Amino acid sequence: MSTQIPKQTEESSETEAETQPASKGEERRAEKRRRAAERREQRQEEEAEKAAADESTVELKVFRYDPQVEGKQEPRFDTFHVPFTKGMTVLDALMYARDTYDSSLTFRHSCRQAVCGSDAMFVNGGQKLACKTQISDLEEPVRVEPLPHAEVTKDLVVDMEHFYEQMEAVEPYFQTDEYPDGELEEQRQDRANREKIKMSTRCIWCGACMSSCNIAAGDNEYLGPAAINKAYRFAMDEREGEEMKQKRLEIIEQEHGVWRCQTQFSCTEVCPKDIPLTEHIQELKREAVKNNLKFW
Amino acid sequence: MYEHDVVVVGAGGAGLRAAIAAQEAGADVAMVSKLHPVRSHTGAAEGGINAALRDADSWQDHAYDTMKGSDYLGDAPAVEALCQESPEEVIRLEHWGMPFSREDDGRVSQRPFGGLSFPRTTYAGAETGHQMLHTMYEQVVKRGITVYDEWHVMDLAVTDEDDPAERTCHGVVAYDIQSGEISGFRAENGVILATGGMGQVFDHTTNAVANTGDGVAMAYRAGVPMEDMEFIQFHPTTLPSTGVLISEGVRGEGGILYNSEGERFMFEHGYANNDGELASRDVVSRAELTEVNEGRGIEDEYVHLDMRHLGEERILDRLENILHLAEDFEGADGLTEPMPVKPGQHYAMGGIETNEFGETVIDGLYAAGECACASVHGANRLGGNALPELIVFGKRAGRHAAGEEMGEAEIETGRSGNWQPADYEFGVEVGETGGSGTAAADGGAVVSDAESVLGAAVDRAQERVDELLSRKGRNHAEIRSAVQETMTANVNVFREEGRLEETLADLREAREAYKDVAVSDPSRTFNTDLIHTIETRNILDLAEALTMGALAREEFRGAHWRKEHQERKDEDWLKHTLISWNDGEPELWYKPVVLEGENKTYEPKSRSY
Repeated sequence: MSTQIPKQTEESSETEAETQPASKGEERRAEKRRRAAERREQRQEEEAEKAAADESTVELKVFRYDPQVEGKQEPRFDTFHVPFTKGMTVLDALMYARDTYDSSLTFRHSCRQAVCGSDAMFVNGGQKLACKTQISDLEEPVRVEPLPHAEVTKDLVVDMEHFYEQMEAVEPYFQTDEYPDGELEEQRQDRANREKIKMSTRCIWCGACMSSCNIAAGDNEYLGPAAINKAYRFAMDEREGEEMKQKRLEIIEQEHGVWRCQTQFSCTEVCPKDIPLTEHIQELKREAVKNNLKFW
Repeated sequence: MYEHDVVVVGAGGAGLRAAIAAQEAGADVAMVSKLHPVRSHTGAAEGGINAALRDADSWQDHAYDTMKGSDYLGDAPAVEALCQESPEEVIRLEHWGMPFSREDDGRVSQRPFGGLSFPRTTYAGAETGHQMLHTMYEQVVKRGITVYDEWHVMDLAVTDEDDPAERTCHGVVAYDIQSGEISGFRAENGVILATGGMGQVFDHTTNAVANTGDGVAMAYRAGVPMEDMEFIQFHPTTLPSTGVLISEGVRGEGGILYNSEGERFMFEHGYANNDGELASRDVVSRAELTEVNEGRGIEDEYVHLDMRHLGEERILDRLENILHLAEDFEGADGLTEPMPVKPGQHYAMGGIETNEFGETVIDGLYAAGECACASVHGANRLGGNALPELIVFGKRAGRHAAGEEMGEAEIETGRSGNWQPADYEFGVEVGETGGSGTAAADGGAVVSDAESVLGAAVDRAQERVDELLSRKGRNHAEIRSAVQETMTANVNVFREEGRLEETLADLREAREAYKDVAVSDPSRTFNTDLIHTIETRNILDLAEALTMGALAREEFRGAHWRKEHQERKDEDWLKHTLISWNDGEPELWYKPVVLEGENKTYEPKSRSY
């Protein structure tokens, strides 16, 4: 069971409340709050004991780190015992642990349905979206860590800035000079072409691929699988036209672009949206070669 | 302090569109959002965008369907704006590269949706919102618009004149989640609230954990009335265990609902003899729960949605995402078995009172998207009408805030025109509990120049954070779940007076408990305990207003069903419910619905599908 680190803070704030001159009402309220907090702590302990004794609980070992809080500045693992319920995901278990045992347990999450891309984590040694990873599929204890190869901000939260910078380095927006004449007229797109780019448009920017990539770990400037996939999404979209495609191929052919990829498939394996990232990178390599031959 | 012409709060569909529009109109724009833009819940929208694109269709038909769907509580000028401008906005998205599903001739596909007289729902598979969100964020990147992501807006900087209509909004106060820094954001021209839904008021919801209605609650406490809060849409097809949404597109493509006896109950039990599964969402949700209540549910909880007969090819082409969701979150294989579904909270029709340009009664304060109430959806929103609302009203608010001339609004805000006070007596005290420390801004500072107003708001926010972090008390989580439980149990699809009153009492108790709330994580770094604690206050205010509206509206209209009042009462209730915070003593009042459109008046008709 995790112990709350800030014991000292709690004590000091109590002393403060006692030494300050306070009205009767304030004292009463402070006393009430103290009692409520005590009751809560007791309840937490009881629940934790009950959970630890129960066989239908799942044991989580969760990475903890906070640069500011005493006792958390040295990374450590906390153990939580969470009652197992059918269909429980890693995210469900983390939320339970946070809301029941330790409200300082920190992780990003929002949609709970694998579309916001907030909760990519390192679960039992693999990059996973916590919300779509079933506890029942994992071996215990379940070890939950922040994404490797990224700076840890706190607990399971990593700094995503570098990932965003790489995504934005590939001119990740639609560009064309030729629009249909009518204001209310759409560009035509072949069904097959839409199908071709479909998987690449499913990216939710979770960062799992980048975290799994050995090349990205060694070359900080490598665009990485997600950004190259974003470039693929536009380069293969027939609506942008040939001229733009040339420009896009130049972007991904740069020193830290597609040629860095050594086709280890780790990105493809971890992608929670099943995007064939390595294939997309390979296809761009082929396009780039074809393109270069044209001008040769 | 940061300074911009226009500050947009929230970076989902409405916020992104507003920022782009304001920037195109020449303003220096910044977006402030507690999530990175691509994490916004617009990304979870599945079904599509209604737009009268084809010759055989017309915006007038779309407007008629929307007005009927709203059960005649939509305001015609807003409804007509939605329907007139949706086509050009959809084409604009296509021109920005959005990967719509296509027909054989290469044009964007459209499919049937509930309550529509023409198949006018454009879509991108069953992931329309994801594609729309990313397409618009791409445009924000292209334009270099400043985004302050993972900054939680805590409060509005509003002057404190007695009459909210005389107040001015000068900016916002936000908390940098990463660093714990609190800063003012001065908005020279205007603040646009685009904070999305409030689904976390309930515990079975399709909404994200982040959808805590922050913008609505902030505007409310600053003096903007909340409109039609009682109208909550319960989507008929959500997965029972998680609330994950199964798109209406499944029924649009031909999916069928069955009860435990294998009956196609929408027809066989006469809930909607013409449209069956494609009746309006409120109708289908009530039908499902009636089946369950009468013993024909499966496991006493849900019904079945079957799409197997559509065939693998069509499902993979148009609904593939549904297969993944059903499998990942319910363990059901949509290709070989029916999927379990039940109604879940999905959308708030009500929200921040605005006119058709997104203006609120407070000068310089706008709202667009789900947090706003213009009202486009009235008593019930049609499927496929939320996404066009984001782009049409996001654009309008952005342009207006940037100073573009847009003419006179038809819809009045605040207590002007034919407003009337309500004489409803609540059995329980509502509003501020008079506790210390948790009182939020209710009108701003005693000064009126912009910098001082903003400075005072920053100081208040700082005090509040310091207090929450330093004192000892109870955690917000149990208070939040108590609110969610009572709301889901009592202010759901079926509502009755006694239980609504009980809910108000429960909420009173939760408010009392919140007075003792404290944050136990002392860190200034990524303190989600603090953020969630602040959000819970917003949830409390919204849950209370919602329940007040549900009690006061003694009729059955759209999504609002009352046991004691089983009919729509047009003579008394063709009017909007408004609730003003009134410095902590909420006041209920009404204003008439605007049924006069550009060229016609929408006469209320009986609503059958």
